[in-house]
Amino acid sequence: MTTTIDAAGDAMTASPAGGPAIVTRGLTKRFRGGQIAVDHLDLTVPRGAVFGFLGPNGSGKTTTIRMLLGLVTPTSGSSSILGAASPVQALTRVGALVEGPAFYPYLSGAANLRRFDAADPSADPRTVGRRVAEALDRVGLAAAAKKRYRAYSLGMRQRLAIAATLLGPRELLVLDEPTNGLDPQGTREVRNLIKDVAAGGTTVFVSSHLLAEVEQMCTHIGVMSTGRLVAEGTLTELRSASVPRIRVETPDSSLAAAALTAFGLTNIIPAPGEVSAELGDALPERVTAALVREGIAVRGLQVVHPTLEDVFVHLTGEGFDVEA
Amino acid sequence: MSKVGPLGEGLSVSAGVQADSSAVSAGPRARSLSGDGPESPRGALAGVRAGVRLLRSEIGLTFRRPRNLALLGVLAVVPLVIGVAIRAAGDGADSFVGQVAGNGLVLTFAAFFVMLPLVLPLAVGVVAGDSIAGEAGLGTLRYLLTAPAGRTRLLALKYANVVVFAVAACALVAVSALVTGLVLFPVGPVTLLSGSTIPLAEGLLRIGLVALYAAAGMAALGALALAISTLTETSIGAIATTLVLVVVAQVLQAIPQLAVIEPYLLTSWWAGFDGALRDPVATDQMGQGLLVFAAYIVVCGSIAWARFTSRDITA
Ligand SMILES: Nc1ncnc2c1ncn2[C@@H]1O[C@H](COP(=O)(O)OP(=O)(O)OP(=O)(O)O)[C@@H](O)[C@H]1O
Ligand SMILES: [Mg+2]
Repeated sequence: MTTTIDAAGDAMTASPAGGPAIVTRGLTKRFRGGQIAVDHLDLTVPRGAVFGFLGPNGSGKTTTIRMLLGLVTPTSGSSSILGAASPVQALTRVGALVEGPAFYPYLSGAANLRRFDAADPSADPRTVGRRVAEALDRVGLAAAAKKRYRAYSLGMRQRLAIAATLLGPRELLVLDEPTNGLDPQGTREVRNLIKDVAAGGTTVFVSSHLLAEVEQMCTHIGVMSTGRLVAEGTLTELRSASVPRIRVETPDSSLAAAALTAFGLTNIIPAPGEVSAELGDALPERVTAALVREGIAVRGLQVVHPTLEDVFVHLTGEGFDVEA
Repeated sequence: MSKVGPLGEGLSVSAGVQADSSAVSAGPRARSLSGDGPESPRGALAGVRAGVRLLRSEIGLTFRRPRNLALLGVLAVVPLVIGVAIRAAGDGADSFVGQVAGNGLVLTFAAFFVMLPLVLPLAVGVVAGDSIAGEAGLGTLRYLLTAPAGRTRLLALKYANVVVFAVAACALVAVSALVTGLVLFPVGPVTLLSGSTIPLAEGLLRIGLVALYAAAGMAALGALALAISTLTETSIGAIATTLVLVVVAQVLQAIPQLAVIEPYLLTSWWAGFDGALRDPVATDQMGQGLLVFAAYIVVCGSIAWARFTSRDITA
């Protein structure tokens, strides 16, 4: 039940400069042992978007990212980043953070960044010192540049991994849970950094569990559930796809429930001291009038717009256990 | 290559420059990838430079790593220990020991004789077995590949680094043994295995030959260890498997009934370095050994390539 709202049809054939930053068509990964991690994923990330890639644990976000970056071969389907025929051709213009930081423990933070810069054939060795210093400064690690990675704290490691994505000019940043392990200041910094980078025209593809955060920085959202994309669109589109509810505070909750039913509202949930129902297109003032006509003691009345979390839970289910 | 262009702008992304700046940088870069490829001389030159840079990074990492330095320390100390032991034993019953006591240069050959079966393979096996599996285990492999290092390119440079280490290890053994021999024993013309005597200068040349042959044998082992290293995500596993194979091969080699498989075992050709101690140099024996080493490098290299270029990087 994919509710694809923002479909871009002939995206695969688009030119490198103008086309979408990421396109996948029928992208599927079945791991040895039969586990389907990603199931016929059709994803389109427009250039310049900050795309929030959401989904419960084990829903296939990291596996998708690995396929986009060419680390994992898809079982079937195809993907393309920055319009390139193969990931390697585009990767030099991509900064990637995949499933947490990984560095050489016996090297300093700066030496680690130099190491990865040396692996990029198009990086200019003459500017590496400046670029490393700027990237470290960008994530607030300038003071710890000479410290061995082994001695870094969890958050410092995460920051170093983000610094590594900023070593060159990037057209696309792929960030798999970038704020994992960061303190509130760090989280805010990363959010600002992503906004900054996006303001410079770079497309950002960010997977996260922190819905409040995604809500604050993303322009587009895709929601994964057990390997499938269950929703894709702009934040506004996604919010409007789920209906607001009306909440009535009243001592006569069963009477109120009957009155709301009579009014034609659905999905009514009575609780001690209150009743709530799906408002749909109904006007709240009409509902209020109807309740008052019935002589129900209305103590409070509220229209509740769903948070992204509500949308998310609605799309991916209430279940807490991971599906495997 | 448009090396200077886009990258010269440094952190234009993080500096928050306008959207069109990244569009501009996309243009030449995108073209350089398709048009200015490896076929064009400028692209090829830039490619070689970038390869040298990554190889230097590999070598720096290998020779700065405490564990590898400890291994090199062992390689330097063993010839010293052998020398001191022979010196302490004095002119002994054993003719070989007597020869070393009589001429310090012979200590070099003694050192390779003692160290080629296990000590040198241990050092090379650790570095080569760790090369891919170690990066996979640390997780750094995914970041090298998204840099993007390129799978074939990374594998080739990893192997080049292994060869550099093998040459350095053999050179270290030779130099350490030579210095120990010069300090502890008298030095003069060398009596060869075939009985004839060669002057000191030619003796030094023969030592170089022995070290090079040993390095070739270790490079072949390095290719085997590299192939094993692409099969696993734990470097200890790759290293242990390599060393077990080295030991098993030498056990098989010692069983007379299995003489038919002996020519196919890598280890049975390592001792061929003594061809350099005959007069004239046993070129066909050593040449055959080098061919076997080359065959191992080609076969193991192909296996490593086939595996590494198709493998899912999930670590
Ligand atoms: N190497 C592997 N072999 C077999 N199954 C795997 C492998 N890697 C991932 N999976 C399975 O694929 C599914 C998706 O995993 P993935 O790591 O993509 O999830 P995720 O959305 O990133 O989860 P999280 O939010 O916890 O990071 C899971 O069921 C997982 O068990
Ligand atoms: Mg994940």
